[in-house]
Amino acid sequence: MAKGKTVKHLIDKEWCKGCGICIHFCPKNVLEFDKHGKAKAARPEDCIACKLCELRCPDLAIQIIEEQEVEHEKQE
Amino acid sequence: MTKQVFNFKDYIRPRFFPHIWCPGCGHGIVLGSLLRAVHELGLDKNEIVITSGIGCSSRISGYVDFHSLHTIHGRALSFATGVKLSKPHLKAIVPMGDGDALAIGGNHFIHAARRNIDITAIVMNNRIYGMTGGQFSPLSGLDKKATTAPYSTIDRNFDVVELAKSAGATFVARSTVFHANECKNLLKKGISHKGFSVVEILTQCPTYYGRKNKEGDAIQMMEGYKTNTVKIGSKKLEKNPDLIQRGIFIENTDIPEYCEAYDKIIETAMKGKA
Amino acid sequence: MKNKNNIRFVQGNEACVEGAIYAGIDFFAGYPITPSTEIMEHLATRLPQKGGKFIQMEDEIASMGAIIGASLTGNKVMTATSGPGFSLKQEALGYACMAEIPCVIANVQRGGPSTGNPTHVSQGDVNQARWGTHGDHAIIALTASNHQDVFKITVDAFNMAETYRTPVVLLLDEVIGHMREKLVIPEPGEIPVVERLRTSVKKGIDYHPYLPREDGRLPMSDFGAEHRYNVTGLFHDMWGFPNNNPEVVSELLRHLVDKIENNVHEISMHKEYWMDDAEYILISYGSSARSAIHLARNRRSRGVKLGVLELQTLWPFPTEMVKEKCAGAKAVIVVEMNMGQVVTQVKNAVDNPQTVFLANRIDGQLISPTDIKSLLRMIQGKGV
Ligand SMILES: Cc1ncc(C[n+]2csc(CCOP(=O)(O)OP(=O)(O)O)c2C)c(N)n1
Ligand code: SF4
Ligand code: SF4
Ligand code: SF4
Ligand SMILES: [Mg+2]
Repeated sequence: MAKGKTVKHLIDKEWCKGCGICIHFCPKNVLEFDKHGKAKAARPEDCIACKLCELRCPDLAIQIIEEQEVEHEKQE
Repeated sequence: MTKQVFNFKDYIRPRFFPHIWCPGCGHGIVLGSLLRAVHELGLDKNEIVITSGIGCSSRISGYVDFHSLHTIHGRALSFATGVKLSKPHLKAIVPMGDGDALAIGGNHFIHAARRNIDITAIVMNNRIYGMTGGQFSPLSGLDKKATTAPYSTIDRNFDVVELAKSAGATFVARSTVFHANECKNLLKKGISHKGFSVVEILTQCPTYYGRKNKEGDAIQMMEGYKTNTVKIGSKKLEKNPDLIQRGIFIENTDIPEYCEAYDKIIETAMKGKA
Repeated sequence: MKNKNNIRFVQGNEACVEGAIYAGIDFFAGYPITPSTEIMEHLATRLPQKGGKFIQMEDEIASMGAIIGASLTGNKVMTATSGPGFSLKQEALGYACMAEIPCVIANVQRGGPSTGNPTHVSQGDVNQARWGTHGDHAIIALTASNHQDVFKITVDAFNMAETYRTPVVLLLDEVIGHMREKLVIPEPGEIPVVERLRTSVKKGIDYHPYLPREDGRLPMSDFGAEHRYNVTGLFHDMWGFPNNNPEVVSELLRHLVDKIENNVHEISMHKEYWMDDAEYILISYGSSARSAIHLARNRRSRGVKLGVLELQTLWPFPTEMVKEKCAGAKAVIVVEMNMGQVVTQVKNAVDNPQTVFLANRIDGQLISPTDIKSLLRMIQGKGV
């Protein structure tokens, strides 16, 4: 598993339409709405870099950047 | 070839983002899966022609940094047939709405399948006419609500997979936007398959279908895709045969692809045998 | 080809095929319909012989779509049909106008409306060629009255499609399409052939598929080449991306119309017979013009100063030319096989519309010199 510290959540707040899909389906409850109703990474240290949020974001608004080279990226 | 890390910005036309689709619209997830499929296949952007018709789904062609042909409602496959047959080395990808593909475009759909021309047809099935504001489609099915079915639909629906199979498509698969990774994998297979490929992707239109049919918001609709679908042949079907199956239904490489078959015609004609 | 003999005895539809081959056709898509079918039948044989592609589509809409797709990959393309099929093509034809796709659409006219009179002649689609698709637009429509000219205007149609990046309609008719007559295939180079103008913009530099050059032409880039752009039927900007900014919309619409209407002098083609001193003028086109010319030759031998102005370009209508040619005439008779489609244009063109008459036939029979003669004699005050 990726260490929390090594994962960065790039969220484009202009593109995010606040549908909540990433938040709802995150297996580790990493994400939540910010005060503008957009997604934010509230608990990035819990992230396992499964990238399900990125895969399912309808607005291409979220990107998971792994800082260290981690072998297993596919978890589904 | 060293594989680059996927960055969707390499495959889109960013100045058109944020895109026009509603919050939670599944079409954007299809877009994401398609871009990943293209990336993982290592395709050159110059060898892809994406051809679409008219509908919310069809807008996908404007967002991708490929050769893009945004045509007229229902006819995308016929335009793509011209592209493909005239330059067979190009990869022809045709994303379509359910109305686009199977109402107005139904005839082109079955004939493209019959020819087995090497085109990847993606049916973005939200079971509704999104762009025109929520009329029922040939995939809505019975007892659904739509602006043109205020009392509920009496029209039965096509099963895209069965239709594509019987029309002669040589690759037929189905997934949902909840299963975005599976979508990507099926798209990869469909695009690589030499012949007519159909990938049906169930995708939510929360704005019209969801609201009209009390199926909740995008999240609830995606939860539905999780619970109402199973992998082909799953044990769960014994208890609940109504579950929708996902996966590859047909993958047939024995049937000649149309452009290759035509190349043989050219050979014969050039030898002067009429 | 082994046979060096360039003289053929062919149907008009074959003359059209030969013209298309001479012009460099690469791709044909169609759906059979009388009286145009021979065009597709011959191309089914001829195209693969030269490495070109032929496809029989599921309908005329699909055929129109397929040729547009093939044109975008850099091919010279054509489809052929007749009335009902021409109706079906209209939406996609409008798309080709909007997206500026070079293509040629032959309509071998038969009697309409509807299924009408499939095996009989008519010229009832002149206005449909002009206004068949919805919305403001301009179109080029060419026609001819003999096979040598059918060959020539077919080459012209391909040339104009490339020059103006537009669909060009070849309005033939059942008589021309099916009649057999001599055709001499010109040597290569005898008739100029316009090739696709491709952009010189290099890879990596911004290419504008919809930005006209100073001379009005829009160089293209083939799908599959290094420039990736968008093609749409929506109003669009110079990259082809949808745009409904009022200025963009009006500018594009004006461009689409002006590129053709402002070049009437280049596009307009006609032939003149005994026009120098003509007191009476027959204006005609297509197979009707054969009867007009026949009558004029016959009347001339009896001293009647009758001339014929044969139109080969019907759209854009050569209003100025017609006005000029008819200026001194006592009367003008438009000879056509419909209820008066070109006559309306002629009345609109000339100074004295009351001197313009219509000699027509609408019963599926070729209009005869006698049909025209009766009207001419009436106009001359000689009784029928
Ligand atoms: C010839 C024609 N008829 C009707 C329309 C109007 N129209 C545009 S999109 C559409 C249906 C869209 O539904 P679908 O194909 O399911 O795509 P979605 O918007 O749901 O993605 C219709 C009927 C049109 N553009 N052209
Ligand atoms: S899924 Fe995408 S658009 Fe929806 S809330 Fe998350 S980041 Fe925003
Ligand atoms: S990568 Fe996985 S764990 Fe991390 S935020 Fe996204 S969905 Fe949650
Ligand atoms: S109307 Fe429906 S299909 Fe169209 S963008 Fe909105 S959610 Fe998507
Ligand atoms: Mg739909």
